[in-house]
Amino acid sequence: MKCLRSCPTQALRVRGGKAMLLGDRCIDCGECVRTCPSHAIVPQTSTFSDFSGFKHTVALPSPVFYSQFGKGVRPSTILSALKTIGFDDAYDVACASESVSIAIEEYLASSDSPRPLISPFCPTIVRLIQVRYPNLVDNLIPIESPMEIAAREVKRLKMHQLGLQEHEIGVLYLTPCPSKMIALKNPPRKKHSFLDGIIPISEIYPKTLQALAHADLTDGEPEIRGLGLGWPIVGGQVACLKAEDAIAIAGLTDVMRVFDEIENGKLQDVQYIECHSCPTACVGGSLTAENPYIARGRVLRMVANHGSVPCQDREKIRELYKKNFFSLIGTISPNPVHPLDEDISRGIQKMQRRHQIYDMLPKIDCGACGAPTCLTFAEDVVKGDADADECVFLTMKTFETMSANLLDVVTKHTKKGSVHPGKYTYDS
Amino acid sequence: MAAEAGQTVCETFLIEGKEFFDAGKVSTEIKRMLKELGVQPEIVRRVAIAMYEAEMNVVMYASRATVTVVLTPKTIKIIVDDEGPGIMSVELAMQEGYSTATPRMRELGFGAGMGLPNIKKNADTFEINTAVGKGTRLEITVCIN
Repeated sequence: MKCLRSCPTQALRVRGGKAMLLGDRCIDCGECVRTCPSHAIVPQTSTFSDFSGFKHTVALPSPVFYSQFGKGVRPSTILSALKTIGFDDAYDVACASESVSIAIEEYLASSDSPRPLISPFCPTIVRLIQVRYPNLVDNLIPIESPMEIAAREVKRLKMHQLGLQEHEIGVLYLTPCPSKMIALKNPPRKKHSFLDGIIPISEIYPKTLQALAHADLTDGEPEIRGLGLGWPIVGGQVACLKAEDAIAIAGLTDVMRVFDEIENGKLQDVQYIECHSCPTACVGGSLTAENPYIARGRVLRMVANHGSVPCQDREKIRELYKKNFFSLIGTISPNPVHPLDEDISRGIQKMQRRHQIYDMLPKIDCGACGAPTCLTFAEDVVKGDADADECVFLTMKTFETMSANLLDVVTKHTKKGSVHPGKYTYDS
Repeated sequence: MAAEAGQTVCETFLIEGKEFFDAGKVSTEIKRMLKELGVQPEIVRRVAIAMYEAEMNVVMYASRATVTVVLTPKTIKIIVDDEGPGIMSVELAMQEGYSTATPRMRELGFGAGMGLPNIKKNADTFEINTAVGKGTRLEITVCIN
C-alpha cells in the first residue's frame, strides 16, 4: 500500500492484493522500488552471468560509484578493483561528463532553442516531460548522456585495440537508479544504445568492497580528475558551466512546480536547468549502497581535491562538438498520458461523471480501494476499471441507508400496531 | 441546449490579492483539465499563459477575484471578475511595455507591461470591461478543438 502514495504520477493500483502499474503514466522514477517495505517491486536488472557471451567485458561505473566507499579510496583504485571481480576492464565516466559539459556550453552559446534549456540526463525527467509536459520537449537539450558517449568511445577503442567485433564487446553500466535500466530496455526514443547491460551499484558493491579490502590503495594509477566528478550531486552540472543563469532542481515535486511555471511562460531568462528526479540527485538513487548525504560529502571532497584540473582539452572537445560528436541520436517525442476519452465530448462527460462520483467519496485518500486518491478512484470508476462499491465508505453509506430504511419500515408498522413487541406476527 | 449542457464543465476558483505564492495555481489546474482531455499541447500552452497573466494581474493589483471556467468540446472560456482598482486607460494598458507597477515592483521582476497584451496574443477572443475603483472583468476564449 505504501507504494500507492509514493508514486508521483498516480500510476500504481493495488488489485487483488497485488500492485499493478499503469504503463502510460509511469515515469520510471523508482519511488515505489524505494518505498515498498517487502521489496516486492523489483526492477528488471542484469547480473554478471547474463554477460558470459561476450569475449571482452568492460565496466562503466556511474561516477556515483566512487562515492560509495570510505575516504582514501581513490576512483582509480575502484576501477582497478572492478578488474579483479570479473570485468576485463573498467573505464571512468566522469571524464565524459566533463566533455558533455563543454558541449552544453557550446550549445548554449549557439542555439536559439526555447529557454530555459533542460538537461536530458535523468531518464525520469525525460519521461516526465514526454508524459506530463509535452510542451517542453523542445526545451530538452539534444546532447547525448556521458554514459552513452563513454560507452561508444570504449567500444571504438576496444575494437581497435583487440581487433574484436562490436557485438563481442560487452559494455556494462553500473547504475545508481532503475530509470537508467529502463531507459536501456525501453528507450524514450528509437535508437541504438552502445550499452549492453546495466547492473545495479547495490549488487556490485559487496564484491567490490571485498576486492578493495585487499587492494593496494597507493597503486600509482593516474588520478581521475575534473569537474565531471561532481555530476552525481545537485548543482554538479551547473558547476561545470561558465554560463550565468543556470540553475539546478532536484526532487519531482519541485521539478513539476518549475515545469508548470515554464509552461506558464515564466523563467525564460534562465539559460539552463539541471534537473534530477531524486531529491539528492544521483547519489540518492534507489540502487545505491551508501547513505546519499555521506556520498554527497565524498563527492564534494573529490571535487575539492581533484576537480580544478580538467581532464579534457577544451579546444579538442569544441572541435568534436562541431562534428556532432555529442549530438543526440534520434528525437524525443511527446508521449502524453492517455486522455479520459479519445473523443473530447465524451471526455468532458466523463470528467463530469468523475466529479459526481468524487463528491460522494470521503476525500481522505485512504487507499483502501487500491487507488492512491479518491480522485483517481473516481476516474477508475468512470473508465470502468473499478466498481464504486470498492470504496468502503460508499458501501458503509449504502448499508446505513438500507438499515435506516428498514428501521423506518419497522417503526411505521409498529405505530400502526401491526407489529407487536414480543409477538412477532404480521397481519397482511 | 440540453445536449450542450451535458457536455459542459463549469468550475469556479477564487484568487486572493497579494498571495504571490498561490499565483499560477488556477493556471495549473486548468492545464491539468485540458491535458486530461487530450487537448493539443500548443493550445494548452496558450491557455496556461493567458490564465497565468490574468492571475498575476489579480495578485498584483486587486483584492480578490472569481475565476469561472466554462469548458465545452470546442472552446474554453475563462472569466476573471476582480474587485480591484480598475484600469484608467484600457488603450494604454493594452500597449506592450506599459505598466502602472511601482519601481519597487519592477525591481522585483514584475510589471513588465506584457500582461494584457500577452493575454490577448494567446486568446482567440478577448474582452475587457473595467470600472475605476470597482474592478475589472476579463473574458478570454480559446478554441480547443
